[in-house]
Order: sequence, then structure tokens, then C-alpha cells
Amino acid sequence: MKLSGQDRMLLLITVLLAAYQVSVGIDGLSTLPIIAYTIAFGVLLVAGLLLFILGLDVLDSPIVVVISTIIPLSLSIGLVWEYLASYRTPYLLFSIIGFATIILTRSFPVPGKLPVVVLAVVHGIAGMTIFLLPIIFALTGQARMGFTLVGIGGGLIGLGGLLLSFLKTGKPILSRETIFNIFPGLLLVMTTAYVAGFALR
Amino acid sequence: MKSIAAKFRLYWPLVKGLQTGLLLATGLAGYMSARCPVFNLGMILGLSGSLFMSISGSTVLNMWWDRDIDAKMRRTQKRPTSSGNATPKEVLRLGLILSVLGVGWAVALDALYGLVVFAGLFFDVVIYSMWLKRRTCWGIVWGGISGAMPILAGRVLGLGSIDWIGVTLALGVLFWIPTHTLTFSMKFFDDYQAAGVPTFPSTYGFAFTRTTIAVSSVLAALAMGAAAFGIGMAWGFLRLLGVLSAGLLMLAFAITFRPSDRINFSLFKYASIYMLAAMILVVIEVL
Repeated sequence: MKLSGQDRMLLLITVLLAAYQVSVGIDGLSTLPIIAYTIAFGVLLVAGLLLFILGLDVLDSPIVVVISTIIPLSLSIGLVWEYLASYRTPYLLFSIIGFATIILTRSFPVPGKLPVVVLAVVHGIAGMTIFLLPIIFALTGQARMGFTLVGIGGGLIGLGGLLLSFLKTGKPILSRETIFNIFPGLLLVMTTAYVAGFALR
Repeated sequence: MKSIAAKFRLYWPLVKGLQTGLLLATGLAGYMSARCPVFNLGMILGLSGSLFMSISGSTVLNMWWDRDIDAKMRRTQKRPTSSGNATPKEVLRLGLILSVLGVGWAVALDALYGLVVFAGLFFDVVIYSMWLKRRTCWGIVWGGISGAMPILAGRVLGLGSIDWIGVTLALGVLFWIPTHTLTFSMKFFDDYQAAGVPTFPSTYGFAFTRTTIAVSSVLAALAMGAAAFGIGMAWGFLRLLGVLSAGLLMLAFAITFRPSDRINFSLFKYASIYMLAAMILVVIEVL
């Protein structure tokens, strides 16, 4: 599916926002959150560039499932490391094991629904962490209200992931065309929410 | 006035605006990397003007020399030199005028800078196009060296001498060029075959060419990283360069182990964006 001029513009702004976040937006944090957020926004940046170059058909590639797991996982690692000190090691272990299991179940033939279950569990926990943690911390006064935007970004990435996952399983919530039409906009709104949320926390 | 506009429209494709623009950007980034007084408008104008004329001059001279093989290749047979819209004599005259003015302006600015600019032009036109291009696929190394000269020239103009950072920046461009040209030579394999121009794919096969692209991409990323570190680039920008380099390496890995036309095309495009972004980072760092 060929990209329209408007789609290209949306993707370009997304890429620039992700580049800003990698280079400026996460300065001053400790080492692991910087690494985690660099991976998250870095993947977003490179993915945005590849969408810009190849068009939205690239979303049909099976590797998208693996790549799209990296973003919520690394974002949630960064958030947990910053805000939930007592869960740091367990969450890091969960993320590493979860990601390795996704790669293994996607690389080798596995019978039954195990690959989907693994994907749903890992994605679900990472997604809920990004969605709920900033909102709870903002509502309880442990962070500024602007931080809720990160949660909104988490919700949007979850929505995008759901739309793509159901599309790939052959039971689409929306048609392929509709999903591809809204995807560049969704990606931009999500990235804007993340960047603004981190800046305003 | 109309005839001038018509001539401009005829000659502009001979200059290859996009390629010249990208090389000019590397020259400006090289100059700014020296952290000299970058807002010296006269110097920036001199650098831009002399580099633009020298690069376009060498491009025009290449087209004049290669007009016979360009006419045999589908991709290039519409160029004014091969389609007959511009006569060989006028193309040669244009190429010589641009080259002499460009190199002359460069020498007037600074002798060493002028020498590097001249070396770029000489390697490109004489060594690459006239001597090696039709004899060996390794000629592209010399084409690559000439492509690396603008960034070195810019650095030399800002610094007044050749240092390891300038050489490393030049190596970054040198190793980036095969990512670009070899991908091109695979995409237009039949064209080059028809014209009888030896290429890596026709000499060593596609698998070796892909491996060369992958190795070259790794070396380009390493060289750009080392040069950025040497310039004293801020950590944030180094992180961003690292991310962009990781994307380049990922595609290089993919082209080696999961080759396809699509990956070829994306690496080809991504490599250009990578180089432009790296140059912008160098410039922003100084501003």
C-alpha cells in the first residue's frame, strides 16, 4: 500500500520526535533507564524510517511481531527501574525471559496456541505497566499530571498492537485498509504523548 | 532569458542535484566539525560555491566521458549526453568550466583545501571514470575515495591541516559509498551487463556483493562513531547516531542472511538517510 504525502509527513514528524527523545529527552537519567528508553525510541525511530521508505506493507512481515514487542518491553523496564525500585530485578528477568521466549516460539514450529499465549502475556503485562504506572503515580501525586500522557501513549500502542495482532490472526477488528490508513496518525499521536509525558512529568 | 532557462533545464540533470547536494552537505559538516568560527558567511559561501562547482564539474565530465555506455543502459539513456539533447562539445566545455572555477576558487580560499578538492576531482574523473571503471569492478574504491574528499576538504578548510578525525570522517563516507553503489549495481545488473561495465555482482556474484555491503556498512558505522566521538559530540547525539547505525547494521545483516530486492532497496535508501542524518548531527552539535 503506497504512502500518501500526508502519511509521509506524519511518519517524518514521528521520526523527528523519537530522535529528539533519544538525543535530548532522556538526558540526566541513570544508566539503565537511558539504555531502555534509547532502545524503545530507537526502535520507534528506525521502524518509522523503514515505514517511510518501504510503505505500510512492511507491517505484513512476521518480524513486526518481535520488533513491536521491544518498544513496550523496554519502555516498561525504564519506568519500573525509575519508579518501582523493589521490582527492578524481577521485572528485568521477566522481560528478558519473555522476549527470549517470544523469539523462540516465533523462530521454531511450536504446536498449539503457545506462541499467541506467550505474546499476549508479555505484551499484556508490559502494556498495562506503561498504561497504569504513570496514571497511578500522577493521580497519587508522586509525579506531575503531565505524566499521565505516557499512560495514554501506552494505551495507544496497546490499541495499535491489538489491531495488528487481530489482523494477523485473520480476525480483524477493522479492515486492513482502515488500520493502515490510521496507523501513521496513531504512531504520531502515541509518540507525541510519550515525548510530552516524559517532558512534563 | 528564455534560452538561459532552457539551458539550465538541459544542464541541471548533468549535475545530479541530489548526489551533489549530499556531497556538499558532507563538506559543510566536515567544515563545521572543526568548530572553527562557523558563522563566517564569506567562508561558508566560498566552501559551498567551490565544492558545488567542483563536484558538479566532475559529475558533468564523467557524463561526457561515459556517454557511450550511458546510451546502452536503460537507467541512463535519457541523460542529455546520451539522448543527444546536449552535444559532447558543450558538455565537455561546461564540465571544464565548472571544474576549473571550482578548484580555482578552492585554491584561492586555502591551498591545502584546494589540493584536497582537486584530488577528489582527479580521482573521480581520471582514475575512476577514464582509467578503471571499464577495466575492473574495484574502480569503485577510487570513486569512493573521491566521494570522501568533500568531507575531508571541509574539515581541512576549517582546521588548516589534515587530522585523524578528518581522515576518519572520510573513511566513514568511503565505506558508506559501497552500501549505496553496490546495491545499485545489483538493482541494475542487466544495465551494467549490457554496457559491459564490470561490477561486483558480475565479477564475484551476488552473495559476495551482499557480504561486501554488510562489511562496508559495519565499517562505515564504526568510522562515523569514532569520528563523532573524536569531535566531542554530546552523549545524546552519540546515542542517536548509535541508534541510526544500529538500523544500518540491521539492514546489512538482513541483506546478508535474508536477501531480497526489498531489503536491497531499503538499505539503499536508508544508507542515504543515515549519511544525511549523521551530517546534520555534526552540524547541530556545533551550532
